Amino acid sequence: MDQATQLEIDREKGNFRYETDYAFDAGVGLRPETIDYIAEVKGEAPWVREFRHKALKVFESKPMPTHWATKDLEAIDFSKIRYYLSQGQKPSRTWDDVPADIKKTFERLGIPEQERKFLAGVEAQFDSEAAYSRMKEGLSKLGVIFVGPTEGLKEHEEIFRPWFGKVIPTGDNKFSALNSAVFSGGSFIYVPKGVKVKQPLQAYFRINAENFGQFERTLIIADEGAEVTYMEGCTAPKFETATLHSAVVELIALKGAKIQYITVQNWSNNVFNLVTKRGLAHEESEIRWIDCNIGSRLTMKYPGVILKGRRARGEVLSIALANDGQHQDTGAKMIHAADETTSNIVAKSISVGKGRSTYRGLVQIPKHLKNCKNNTECDALLINANSRTDTYPAITVRGEGNSVQHEASVSKVSAEQIFYMRSRGLSEAAAMSLSVNGFINDLVREFPMEYSVELKRLIELEMEGSVG
Amino acid sequence: MSVTLAETLAPVAATSPALEAVFEAELAQSREPEWLVNLRREAWVRANHGGKISENGIAVDKKDERWRFSGHKGWSLEDATRSKNKFAGKLPDIFADGHPLACAGQLTYADDILTAQTPISADLARQGVIFLPLAEAIAKHPELVREHLFKHDRALGGVKFLALHQAYTRAGAFLYVPDNVEVPATFFVAHWAASPGAALFPHTVIIAGANATVNFLDYFGSTDETSEAWVAGAATVITGPGARVFRKSVQNLNGRSLAYHCDTAICGRDADVRNISVHLGGERARYESYSKLNGPGANLELCALTIASGRQEFDQRTFQDHAAPRAKSNLLYKNALLDESRTIFAGMIRVEPGAEETDAYQQNRNLLLNPAAEADSLPGLEIQNQNVRCTHGATTSRLDPEELFYLRSRGLPKNTAYQLLVFGFFEEVIQRVEDEALAELLRKLAREKFGK
Repeated sequence: MDQATQLEIDREKGNFRYETDYAFDAGVGLRPETIDYIAEVKGEAPWVREFRHKALKVFESKPMPTHWATKDLEAIDFSKIRYYLSQGQKPSRTWDDVPADIKKTFERLGIPEQERKFLAGVEAQFDSEAAYSRMKEGLSKLGVIFVGPTEGLKEHEEIFRPWFGKVIPTGDNKFSALNSAVFSGGSFIYVPKGVKVKQPLQAYFRINAENFGQFERTLIIADEGAEVTYMEGCTAPKFETATLHSAVVELIALKGAKIQYITVQNWSNNVFNLVTKRGLAHEESEIRWIDCNIGSRLTMKYPGVILKGRRARGEVLSIALANDGQHQDTGAKMIHAADETTSNIVAKSISVGKGRSTYRGLVQIPKHLKNCKNNTECDALLINANSRTDTYPAITVRGEGNSVQHEASVSKVSAEQIFYMRSRGLSEAAAMSLSVNGFINDLVREFPMEYSVELKRLIELEMEGSVG
Repeated sequence: MSVTLAETLAPVAATSPALEAVFEAELAQSREPEWLVNLRREAWVRANHGGKISENGIAVDKKDERWRFSGHKGWSLEDATRSKNKFAGKLPDIFADGHPLACAGQLTYADDILTAQTPISADLARQGVIFLPLAEAIAKHPELVREHLFKHDRALGGVKFLALHQAYTRAGAFLYVPDNVEVPATFFVAHWAASPGAALFPHTVIIAGANATVNFLDYFGSTDETSEAWVAGAATVITGPGARVFRKSVQNLNGRSLAYHCDTAICGRDADVRNISVHLGGERARYESYSKLNGPGANLELCALTIASGRQEFDQRTFQDHAAPRAKSNLLYKNALLDESRTIFAGMIRVEPGAEETDAYQQNRNLLLNPAAEADSLPGLEIQNQNVRCTHGATTSRLDPEELFYLRSRGLPKNTAYQLLVFGFFEEVIQRVEDEALAELLRKLAREKFGK
């Protein structure tokens, strides 16, 4: 553990680690006892424990999806992963109560500062459990609930249990089953009827331990006419061995509600990031995923919206940046299930060096639906000669008056643009960076200001040294 | 006397001496050279290997991405037979009513048996052009045939069908046009399914030398509406530097037939290869089109028009494989869907690492004319070179109500306006055939399809 005690200096913000002692450790490997241990320390109700055990069986029965996905998945050794690590199950309500080593980490990541500046609530998860969770007082008076899954299922069972695992059933895929078995941490949010939360709620996910698997679970319910924006950020230090992050995120927008879910994923290059995200949009509601993937070794994530109610709207805006040794396998799913539903997907990817980015899409409009619309645009930019990009959309359309359009393009940075900027005195690297930022600019603008500044900076960092 | 394919293909086939003897008997009767006999035996083993062929025909593997969205019925071989008798009736002349086709040579098959032949002119023969029935070409030009037969064919999922095809195919055309020979007229081959349960394995080989010009038409039809056919066909186009090959194919089998076709094009340096396929018939029809841009500066144009009605299923898979720099490819697949029909388009553009300055395009347009019809699109890209321009687009929609409104506001009755718009949708493909006789035929077939 020598090298871990030292500070690892970095160009990425998240690549550092302080020594931490864990009071709770489920050990290495996944067995029914692992699940009992987690349920035990969390003091969960019997139905939750049973849910976990069932999920473990489903996980074990499902094959790896390598008949369509990358063979790199086979590099994950489930028997070498630590499934639960924490210093305690109750998050602190003030930063002063957060254990010093953990606090140091989050301070360095700038979380308390951001909270003061522009957030309505923050939850900071360190490995398996949230170390800190606080929401502005005004919001709890309005009835907004912002807790972790343990507390959510225990204290507010009547609100969360009816929706828990309903949008993404355990058996949805191998990794949703894994999450259902060992989930810990994440956010359970309920926004009551008509309440519009103006500032974003934020969760910050931090993996600190080596060989660790983080399995947070998020469930957001926006009641009729409610509005909420949720942001998540993630980092991990660079380890020698691979780390697994496998989350399940379910969103429920009831009639007329609006949910916006923003992710800036900046895991280190050894993290397998295999996440299932799906929203259920009722009548006239809107669910919007803004998904930005910069880090990780392999990300497989296809945020989806089930458009269940008339005139519901779903949107996925996605940016992926794949550098050397990275594979960003991202995309979107739009399942139309009611008349006059509309969906929009805009995905932009940049492949640098030997990076590989993949877009996978699914758009379904079944029969007997009327006047549904989908628009999909995916653009890929290739920076170097050995960069790679793939596009695999799947579109099924039936019914009356439905229309779907899909467009994708692959291009490189225009030599003429670079020449023009250089003739104006910019260096080649600066010109390249400007051009790449221009490529994603219309999407970046959709991010909240603080995030878009951050994003531009991150992309500049990632691009550094890759051109010229 | 005929032998049913189901018998020869039952899972026990490879181990049953009696049934294997049937395959062997056909081989022996053909008196083919040893290399070909070996190819056929290998194909036979491939077709039987792995247990995917059962008494219900060729089973479809649901987990195979190449069969995603396909109906999982399996392709029954139960009633498929190898006809031994020459068709006695009169075969239709598809160009009878309209413009005659300017023909460079013609072959007509019924149930895989040659029924008529118009040889090429003495002038073409003098220039070294070879246009022969496949079986005759094998006997007369074994070395030339050996160089290309089955060498390039690449199935996109239908490996079993292709293997079966290679084991049995003896009907079809072998065309060789030497360097610098330009043939503006069309080589025309018609394959008719005539008797109930006929199994057809039509094959086409087109070899165009450097700077040669070739026009080719394959037509697949049924002599009546009730005799179901089981077709597994393949066509290969091989082009030398600067060659220009334009192949058209029309699949107009009756609505009870099952059709599989595997088209392969190998595009040489600066070659200009065009392929237009029209898909009208069959209960289920799977079409696979693999094109390799093998030479720098090659230009490929792939175009298809499908009109689906009733409960027809058209399953189309394409692959534009860019292996050389500065090549260009352009694909347009248009589907019109009536009734409860179904179309699947799965296209892939792959750009290999060395294929810089590739310019590739892929477009799938689906016109839904009935709410119960279903169109699936899987347009794909796999790009491994940064210096490229690749785009694809897929749209699915009904007729534009505004366009309909405009035409009606000009006094056109609703039906006429509707037809104008639908036939306008087809016209984009039909005009590209650049041959009045064929364009007229296609318009007629499209009208007939709507009349049904």
